Amino acid sequence: MASHAVDAAASGESPTLLLIRRSDAALAAALRQRYRVLDSFASGEPLPAFLAAAAAAAAPDPPRAAVIVSSSVVRVDAALLDAFPSLRCVVNTGAGVEHVDLGECARRGVAVANSGAVYSVDVADHAVGLLVAVLRRVSEAERFVRRGLWPVQGDYPLGSKLGGKRVGIIGMGRIGSLIATRLQAFGCVIYYNSRRPKDSVSYKYFPHVLDLATESDVLIVACALNKETRHIVNKDILDALGKDGIIINIGRGAHIDEAELVRALNDGRTAGAGLDVFENEPEVSAELLSMNNVVLTHHMAVFTLESKSDMCDHTIANLEAFFSGKPLLTPVLPK
Amino acid sequence: MPPPALEPAASGDKPLVLLAQPLFPEFAAALKGRYRFVLAADADAAEAAEARVLLVPGLKTVTAEHLDRLPALGLVAATSVGVDHVDLDACRHRGLAVTNAGEAFAADSADYGVGLVLAVMRRVAAADSYVRRGRWATDGDYPLTTKVSGKRVGIVGLGRIGSLVARRLAAFGCAVSYHSRSPKPSAPYRFVATARELAADSDVLVLSCALTEETRRMVNREVLEALGGGGVLVNVGRGGLVDEPELVRCLREGVIAGAGLDVYENEPHVPPELVDMDNVVLSDHRAVLTPESIRGALDMVAGNLDAFFAGRPLLSPVTL
Repeated sequence: MASHAVDAAASGESPTLLLIRRSDAALAAALRQRYRVLDSFASGEPLPAFLAAAAAAAAPDPPRAAVIVSSSVVRVDAALLDAFPSLRCVVNTGAGVEHVDLGECARRGVAVANSGAVYSVDVADHAVGLLVAVLRRVSEAERFVRRGLWPVQGDYPLGSKLGGKRVGIIGMGRIGSLIATRLQAFGCVIYYNSRRPKDSVSYKYFPHVLDLATESDVLIVACALNKETRHIVNKDILDALGKDGIIINIGRGAHIDEAELVRALNDGRTAGAGLDVFENEPEVSAELLSMNNVVLTHHMAVFTLESKSDMCDHTIANLEAFFSGKPLLTPVLPK
Repeated sequence: MPPPALEPAASGDKPLVLLAQPLFPEFAAALKGRYRFVLAADADAAEAAEARVLLVPGLKTVTAEHLDRLPALGLVAATSVGVDHVDLDACRHRGLAVTNAGEAFAADSADYGVGLVLAVMRRVAAADSYVRRGRWATDGDYPLTTKVSGKRVGIVGLGRIGSLVARRLAAFGCAVSYHSRSPKPSAPYRFVATARELAADSDVLVLSCALTEETRRMVNREVLEALGGGGVLVNVGRGGLVDEPELVRCLREGVIAGAGLDVYENEPHVPPELVDMDNVVLSDHRAVLTPESIRGALDMVAGNLDAFFAGRPLLSPVTL
């Protein structure tokens, strides 16, 4: 990207970019090097005021592209697209596009991109980290040692072996396959469910999540969130998984009926859980906070130094492709 | 149960086995009725003179003096993998056989080692603590963590445990190198001649070798400095492999980025400075401990005892 080495905003040649974010100063700085950025965070205004002002100030070069930092609470819908009729490209920094009306974008000729594979490896690594932490009680041991209990109470309850565990992965996309390869190296047996079987993998396919749960010791949620997958892990699934079963969620909180999961953990009908996402973040049910057989992380599976930098590069690569009339690198199409 | 092949049964059918300390309940239950167990400290003169086997549950220290009291001894059987708690020189001089738990604990130790790598680099345990203390809703930014996949991994000791650690981390796309006493030609990883060079070339250094006079405090200031500011140390070997006070200093000073420790120089004592650090993951020497591996260790112990008394080759002899 050497052509934009000088702060492009100063040269007056750079295209206008709408940036909607609540954080990510590094990304904003990198974008300012190349584009004339209308930056929601820098404006200091509440979002509706910012959007109104940005729409008004758009001339003479209204924004043809927008970058949505996924942590932002903004819907890319008819209203937003009406406010910025010049938009032809929306680049999301995250993988999920639940906040984007893909159909509406398609009708208006607005191309949508997401983070593609940028985060996949880190999410897969985190899923494995959560599973080992739950099965082998790594977090519990930590608390035990830090509270000075080791000399006093002697050895803490044993964990459970990974090798030979049947791991059922819900969703066998990029993340699911990366999780599968890693867990196979631990001697786990991999099963999966997805809308259709994948020719590229040789793991046993289950057309129905209920059957997957019945045959598995561990369930890992690694699919996209949509109407069909909301509460895909519900009471029936938890019952089928059984009292020795473990749930790992690195998808979205809404994939799991959280109240039901809490009840099942409380009653001993589910053995443990590793959760990076929750239905009502940043709230986590008080009962979970006091359980020893769960590992809880704060929706951080994507947040590594490396992926931050990769995401920045990837976002710019998509924008550069758009502005030079080329196809987006990681387009998302309506289903 | 076959009668002892080499000696007439001195008292009853069951061979006498002295215990360095009481057996774990699971072991006691499983071995009940097969051997006559007597605590070494309680053995009378006749039993001490007769005993051919000393079984060492856990990590009870066995010295040359202990061994000297047992003139008929032929086998020291450990329930662990590491045998640094046994005076191996004395065993060698006496011509004693020593057995350990063999492969029984290898997979679980390797799994835990990799779990510690993930827990340190991706801050899984620290984040769990953050959430439990209710800080997610109130606090702002949390530090970015460090990607694990694709990092350079250095393994010290490519035995049973080290090779399983290697295989697991290779599945994360990590480049694996190793240091051991001698290269393993069949291992598909790069051999490095010294621990210091290995540390210099690694983002993560995993210790899974035996504790011997040569390896004691092998991870010293020089090695830690070579590992460097972005580097992470994970120890599922023995605490004695690391200069522990130096490690604490290096963590405090940011000489290395973090550590995952299952073992310490003076268990169950954990240096108090570590308890305040959130870039370390601490565990209570549990890497081996799953019910399945304990059963596996039990099978190994029973198998070694049976083999010894039947005059058959031992299952998991330790080279002295």
